[in-house]
Amino acid sequence: MLHLLWLIPALPLAGFVLLTLLNRRLSRPAAAIIGAGSVGLAAIVAILVSVSFMVSPPAGHHFHQVLWTWFDTGGLRPQVAFYLDAMTVIFILVITVIGFLIHLYSTEFMEHDEGFTRFFMYMNLFVASMLVLVLADNLLLLYLGWEGVGMCSYFLIAFWQKDTQNVYCGRKAFIVTRIGDTAMIVGLFLLFTQYHTLAIQPLMTNIANATFSGDPVVVAAALLLLGGAVGKSAQLPLQTWLPDAMAGPTPVSALIHAATMVTAGVYLIARTHVLYLMAPDVRLVVAIVGTVTLLYAGFAALAQRDIKRALAYSTVSQIGYMFLALGVAGWDAAIFHFMTHAFFKALLFLGAGVVIEALADEHDIFKMGGLRRELPVVFWTFTIGAASLAALPLVTAGYYSKDLIISSSLAPPFGDVWLWAGAVAGALLTGIYSFRLVFVTFFGEQHTPITRRPRWRMQTPLVVLAVLSVIGGLVWLPEWMGGWDPFARFVGAALPLLPASGWSFGLGEATIVEIVSLAGIGIASLLWIRWRDATAVFSARPVPDALERYWRAGWGFDVLYQYVFVVPVKWFAHVARNDLVEPVVKGIAGINVLAWRGLSASQNGLLRLYIAVAGAGLAIIIAVVVLK
Amino acid sequence: MAAVSLNSGLILAAILFVIGFVGLVTRRNLIVMLACIEIMLNAAGLAFVVAGARWGRADGQVMFLFVLAMAAAEVAVGLALAIRFRKTLGRLDIDEADEMRG
Repeated sequence: MLHLLWLIPALPLAGFVLLTLLNRRLSRPAAAIIGAGSVGLAAIVAILVSVSFMVSPPAGHHFHQVLWTWFDTGGLRPQVAFYLDAMTVIFILVITVIGFLIHLYSTEFMEHDEGFTRFFMYMNLFVASMLVLVLADNLLLLYLGWEGVGMCSYFLIAFWQKDTQNVYCGRKAFIVTRIGDTAMIVGLFLLFTQYHTLAIQPLMTNIANATFSGDPVVVAAALLLLGGAVGKSAQLPLQTWLPDAMAGPTPVSALIHAATMVTAGVYLIARTHVLYLMAPDVRLVVAIVGTVTLLYAGFAALAQRDIKRALAYSTVSQIGYMFLALGVAGWDAAIFHFMTHAFFKALLFLGAGVVIEALADEHDIFKMGGLRRELPVVFWTFTIGAASLAALPLVTAGYYSKDLIISSSLAPPFGDVWLWAGAVAGALLTGIYSFRLVFVTFFGEQHTPITRRPRWRMQTPLVVLAVLSVIGGLVWLPEWMGGWDPFARFVGAALPLLPASGWSFGLGEATIVEIVSLAGIGIASLLWIRWRDATAVFSARPVPDALERYWRAGWGFDVLYQYVFVVPVKWFAHVARNDLVEPVVKGIAGINVLAWRGLSASQNGLLRLYIAVAGAGLAIIIAVVVLK
Repeated sequence: MAAVSLNSGLILAAILFVIGFVGLVTRRNLIVMLACIEIMLNAAGLAFVVAGARWGRADGQVMFLFVLAMAAAEVAVGLALAIRFRKTLGRLDIDEADEMRG
């Protein structure tokens, strides 16, 4: 079965090619079948491959499939080859299965949209690129997938391109992530010049064997790759693009900007974790970036009025948790949280999409309200998703993964009480903001009438994801619950655990986390159900109102970057427009224009002039020949 | 009959050629321009004949026959063009036909 591996990215790619070639000739049902079907087939193949991998693991717990040599020049010989290990298995399962559910949802969500075929074209290309990213056996092929997903993200954010604002949002996402990507490619150059290979496994072995901890080259490479990861995963300081990326259709937000693409940074760091073990300072930077981001985005999510922007900040915050886990060498905890986060965040976005559509494109949660009875399926599934996000103890997937991250943030040798405190405070915030969404959207009075109700293709993915959001965490129970951990043992084969991580989080510490997340939900219910009117009055006062607006604008990062980067660059470009290069370029252009004018004037249509010029030319030639 | 010297024959041919060329460039009437081309062709033919006579060979006269045939063809095409020209533009002024300018 494992040799079918190449089919997994090839199927969505074939779907993309087919949709592109047949574009306008396809009816909507045909486009939907090709678009969703190709990803569905890929999901089936991925499940077959994964089951085969789990039942009879290949030698060395990894499977390597070389397709062909990409190119061979100057010692650089990257292959188009796929590398499957336990971590990749988790990623391809999440990408294809959740990808298929979201494609299914999109067939109904986008049914009245003009660019129906175009939408599935981009989505299929995205899934193919994302699979290449996680399956690549060398960093160059990974970079190809990395840029592929970035490009599709740009296309899909700006999907409704008739509204200029959407195009600006797409451009912002593209440019901001590009800053990180530039750092990343420089990191790849550095690694290649130093170790003469970009194949990930040999590279990691070389780094582990050939360097000492804190080697400047390794530190620089780790920092540069971290730059790429920070840009793609919307962490501080490159987080500003993700809230604006919500301009795209909601399934795009669910698939690309919640479940898969934005976690590519987590994948990259987990994949190159040897690098970060050899550069302890950078590893600490990863942990600090994660902690600061999760708190920053938690406060920002608390103040959003747009349901999708609130979920976007929540995504930033949850990826902050994954970075925190990576920073304390809890690679497997980060992958675990990636998986559960993909379940519940995709669910929340899809639920939000139903609500937005039902209320005729209303994004403001304070204009929703009272949808509990009107949209029961969405209400229950959204609540399950929010509970999982808020880590409601014992019954949700999010609890097990977040609990694990919080416990590893305190675990020796890399844990720290400050990181732990940040993570616990973040859990409180998560509880408040996630249930704020539930209570404000689904409880209270109804403010907007319902115009459209979801049918089975939109409801099925919600139910499936809700089930996964509940049971998805039962694969790794904490020590005090018996420590049943097939996930840890499975992923541990690919991501060797550190000797000290046998450290266990006792019932006492776990209780704090549970109390905190329950407290968050309780505070939310008090603020937005019991004291709803008092909260509204309080938040209208000058000081809370100003603070709320400051948080809603993402702590003013956009304004800051506007004045620190955009304005100076524009000013410099304005000032430097008459530099030394300018006359040269203008001169070349001027000479060409003059020559064009002269030649053009000579073509005046007067036959006698042509004859005279031809005669004169002939006379000159004869004179030269005769007089020589 | 006194033999014409090569020099004077060629000078006459050159003078005729220049007259034809100057007429071609200066006159605007299409018919006159065709006539000027005839003069230039005949100047070239004269040069062939004089050269053939100088070396006592028949080639010059053979070449002149070719020139004559070509001139006949040129006149046939040229006059047909002149008729179309006149029908299209209403006159025979060559400077009227300057529409294909850059």
